[in-house]
Amino acid sequence: MDFSYTEEQMALQETLQRFIARDYDFERRRALARSALGYSAEAWSQYAELGLLALPFPEEFGGLNGSAVDIMLVMELIGRGLLLEPFLSTVVLCGGLIRDAASEAVKRSVLPQIGAGKLKLALACYEAAGRYALSHVACTALADRGALRVNGGGAGWRLSGSKTVVLDAASADGFLVSARLSGDVAAADGISLFLVKRDAPGLTLIAYPTQSGGRAADLHLEDVMVGDDALIGTPERALPVIERAVDGGLAALCAEAVGIIVSLNEATLNHLKNRKQFGVAIGKFQALQHRMADMLIAAEQARSMAIIAAVHAGSDDVTERRRAVSGAKAYIGQAARLVGQQAVQLHGAMGVVDDLIVSHYFKRLTMIDLSLGDADFHLGRFSDLLRPAAGGPMSVT
Amino acid sequence: MDLKYTREEAAFRADVRAFFENELPADIRAKTRLGKRLRKDDTTRWQEILYRRGWGAVMWPQRFGGTDWSVVQQHIFEEERADIGAPPQNAFSLKMLAPVLMKFANAAQQEYFLPRIIRGEDWWCQGYSEPGSGSDLASLRTSAVRSGDHYLVNGQKTWNSYGQYADWIFCLVRTATEGRPQQGISFLLIDMKTPGITLRPIITIDGEHEINEIWFENVRVPVHNLVGEENKGWTYAKFLLTHERTNNAGIGACKRALKKLKEIAADQVANGRPLIEDSRFRDRIAQVELELMALEITNLRVLSATANENRALGPEVSVLKIKGSEIIQQLAELSMHALGHDALPYLREALELNWIAEPKLAEHYRAYAPPLSGQYFNQRKTTIYAGSTEIQKNIISQMILGL
Repeated sequence: MDFSYTEEQMALQETLQRFIARDYDFERRRALARSALGYSAEAWSQYAELGLLALPFPEEFGGLNGSAVDIMLVMELIGRGLLLEPFLSTVVLCGGLIRDAASEAVKRSVLPQIGAGKLKLALACYEAAGRYALSHVACTALADRGALRVNGGGAGWRLSGSKTVVLDAASADGFLVSARLSGDVAAADGISLFLVKRDAPGLTLIAYPTQSGGRAADLHLEDVMVGDDALIGTPERALPVIERAVDGGLAALCAEAVGIIVSLNEATLNHLKNRKQFGVAIGKFQALQHRMADMLIAAEQARSMAIIAAVHAGSDDVTERRRAVSGAKAYIGQAARLVGQQAVQLHGAMGVVDDLIVSHYFKRLTMIDLSLGDADFHLGRFSDLLRPAAGGPMSVT
Repeated sequence: MDLKYTREEAAFRADVRAFFENELPADIRAKTRLGKRLRKDDTTRWQEILYRRGWGAVMWPQRFGGTDWSVVQQHIFEEERADIGAPPQNAFSLKMLAPVLMKFANAAQQEYFLPRIIRGEDWWCQGYSEPGSGSDLASLRTSAVRSGDHYLVNGQKTWNSYGQYADWIFCLVRTATEGRPQQGISFLLIDMKTPGITLRPIITIDGEHEINEIWFENVRVPVHNLVGEENKGWTYAKFLLTHERTNNAGIGACKRALKKLKEIAADQVANGRPLIEDSRFRDRIAQVELELMALEITNLRVLSATANENRALGPEVSVLKIKGSEIIQQLAELSMHALGHDALPYLREALELNWIAEPKLAEHYRAYAPPLSGQYFNQRKTTIYAGSTEIQKNIISQMILGL
């Protein structure tokens, strides 16, 4: 049992803190969010130089062999700085998926490129009618044995369907797309995963900004042709690897949320100490003090849950992993709502203006809850594991 | 960052578990597990057993007969204790008074009292609250007036726990009235057999006798029973409070209660299937379980931070107290609700281990119902005692947030 960071981890933390203070203040962040790209290409290169983009990959693929705890540390700072770069999509979700499920050849070609900052990927696994269910895949993949335009005339696949709210899609060089080879629309089996290039004929993007300053898009695939080499993992058995990658993403989002919660609490406490009404700092009023105490408790509990999620995010025990990440996402979704709403409330009208970082923190927290399954969805997933038939463990630790 | 127990810690847990399995008397275990009434003898018998094993006061330093265990070891011990169904030890003696004696008492007092505590010979209770002094404890008025080599104590204490069992009471008394209220308080040890002490039971919401009012009328207390210096009692009391709150997260008890709740929910039938299959009820269990998962880690984070920094627990224990008390209350509430209308009957005698139920009383009622409603009502105390939730939030505001 050990809750401390290693020296390397603390050094990484300091580096990122310095980077945020120097290169990523609130005004700069606002300008980036409004820019065409929606983030800083320069920052992305710096992350590559720092090794962040290769953090969770094995050394043989140019990676740093980092753990989910390293990702937690980075994501917490991404939260604190409200960083806009597509780290979650490219490194955690898609990079994690390729690391865990792709062939040696794909890993050798893709992971070093991600690590070097030369390749950005986005996960296209949710569909409009499926809400948060990754098993809901109406997008089809048909084996095409005829002469294909791709792959030098070899065998391949023809993909058709739509994907919704694909995070960081607009700037991505390629997508990991789930498509169904067999089974009903919501069946767990029959799903395959394909790496589809951005410029693939038949692929259309409807891109839009998100509420929290990022970018996303809906994807439409109309007879998009890909070769056999685009297939990631075992055909028709892709759901477990997609879920595993999303579980890693959930743990990462939990850490990002904790970073924001801590930042919001700092901002709010500062406001309570400085804002004067009725001749005193408003932090002298007990009603406000107790609210702030609730926010502090929520932050501590949320951090504990983020630790649980990170420590179990890489677990091969699916039940244990799911309990940890869904439990954490549900809990942190609720804690984030409390802290976000109360931070705005305690800031008074200052809490609802665009000029102050508080509203931006609040929006990001809110969008985190709605990403990869909200608090209700994950409470349900956690709760279902409590059924005796599910045989869930009594305790995560 | 690592949440796994080391191999040594796992082996330690197995040792503790084995000892409890072998040595905890079956009748005590049954009482605790079934929520039956515990008596003084149950606690003292168990204390003697622990003492013989060298575990009479695991939280004490070794030089006083403790163990010098790490915080993680203490946590494991407490978790196993609760899980197996061993009764809690007397916290007033072991966790509140003893640290004060070790830190502030003179050698003679330490040598006399501490061995008697760890052997379970003396049962201590606490004389803190008064009718007019609850959350505002420093306003207390029970007076101790020096007269030769004695103090003459007069006044009234209330909300005293288990004074009916006690051999001794440690009291906060007023020895001066000038200056700030905190400045005139002393910490006095009083033999409960001293003439002039009257104890009256206060029956609590669950119909049980756990707390008392105590009157002191010209009670003569030898001056050598003063701890530390006269008028410095508030410092000792504050020191005591941080120790009182060390196990306020109550993780072990919460885990045990959660396990029991799941058993009940799996056993009760609603709409023809186990209640736990009803997602509306199960989600409520899930919600409490999440709080407990988080608190377990928060608790360990606090404990390991204090151990690493080699310091006493600070105001962060208020976080643990607030959350731990809320969780145990929610678990008690859900356990009661799991029974539906079988939670209504009130049979005092059902709290005795040797109770023989009317044959016609429903089976599921006999198994669970008797303690559950009472426990729900009883647990309302947890957000009130040992510094109410509101006082804890004041502490967080002032000591952590600096408001």
